[in-house]
Amino acid sequence: MPNLKDLKNRISSVQSTRKITSAMKMVAASKLRRAQEQAQASGPYAERMGRMLASLAANVQGSGNGPKLMTGTGSDSVHLLVIVSSDRGLCGAFNGSIVREAKRQITRLQGEGKTVKLLTVGRKARDQLRREFGALMVHGYEDVGRRRLSFADADMVSQKVLSMFDAGEFDVCTIIFNKFKSAISQIVTVQQLIPFAVPETDAAPTDEVKAVYEFEPDEEQILAELLPRNLSIQVYRALLESAASEQGARMTAMDNATRNAGDMINKLTITYNRTRQAYITKELIEIISGAEAL
Amino acid sequence: MADKVEFELVSPEKLLKSLPVDMVVVPGTEGDFGVLAGHAPMIATVRPGVIEVYEGDRVVDRVFVAGGFAEVTETRCTVLAEEAQALSAIDRAAVEKAIKDLSEDLSDAASDADKAAVEAKLAVAQAKLDALATPGAAH
Repeated sequence: MPNLKDLKNRISSVQSTRKITSAMKMVAASKLRRAQEQAQASGPYAERMGRMLASLAANVQGSGNGPKLMTGTGSDSVHLLVIVSSDRGLCGAFNGSIVREAKRQITRLQGEGKTVKLLTVGRKARDQLRREFGALMVHGYEDVGRRRLSFADADMVSQKVLSMFDAGEFDVCTIIFNKFKSAISQIVTVQQLIPFAVPETDAAPTDEVKAVYEFEPDEEQILAELLPRNLSIQVYRALLESAASEQGARMTAMDNATRNAGDMINKLTITYNRTRQAYITKELIEIISGAEAL
Repeated sequence: MADKVEFELVSPEKLLKSLPVDMVVVPGTEGDFGVLAGHAPMIATVRPGVIEVYEGDRVVDRVFVAGGFAEVTETRCTVLAEEAQALSAIDRAAVEKAIKDLSEDLSDAASDADKAAVEAKLAVAQAKLDALATPGAAH
């Protein structure tokens, strides 16, 4: 027969777990809201930059000697993967799915005979990939935007990528991150950063896109400044999406955990009560049979 | 001046300003330029400096930007700024301190890349100080 005291201890331990998970759920919910707001706020800049890039690219493409960031280095033998994960766990399949996709990409690229280099953002991806692919890692960032993700954080990452690119350390750069769809669903997204693919503008270009711009200084010089900036923006967007996804995933995971703890408490309480009654019955039988023996 | 220009100031983190104005003066890399309604479409780079917003003949707003890009169409003027701050919100003492710190960093900087990064920051801080020094800044 199970010990009553042990059962009581287990119940109280599950109860405190439930308290923790439900608190974490609420924290994640409020952080999620903030992250979403931030992601939304960065929309206008990215959208306008995309518009400017599209019109610039249209002007430069004809000349055929755009900057390297757009046209590439001419080969694609060395790939840099930027993998965006979180610093903390307890967020369901969030990091697992990123790492799985990263591994899939790495094996695919290596299968094609390419060299792969890794740049990780967030502790989890680094820890999970280190055993298998530790030799490929160039650098790992931790605690990126721990309090509040700022553009400077993204800039730091993209500056590193740029300096590597300028030094000719890789040809193609791809970022892997979780795109926020809803609190319960995140989509692992693989996006190529370098060479930069000019976003396809809507089928029918509006008059604004077609407008002939004057450039000051000339378009190539502007493009040379705009592209690195655009890289930072893309990284920033990816980090924001990832941050929102992380909180969404954590919220869902913690919600499930809270519910499971509740179920467990119910089951344990029933066992506890049954056991208690069994003990009482047993003691009564002992007393009665003792009295009868007299 | 019946026609107005839709002026937008955007930083990576948010849309800072979006309002119709009579004229904006943007500090372009190759010289300041004023934008009125009906300006020819143009894309320009912006150097660290002050954007002046005109309502009639009066300057109603001055915003410091740390470089970026400007896109001008006939009806719109969009400035993508890396960093923007209302001129009245800049603390002179803080900027002076930043310049001092950065100058020290500059002499400590080991690699050329570090040096360039610090120099860029220094230029921004210096531009901030210059902006504060211009007459009419303390409106």
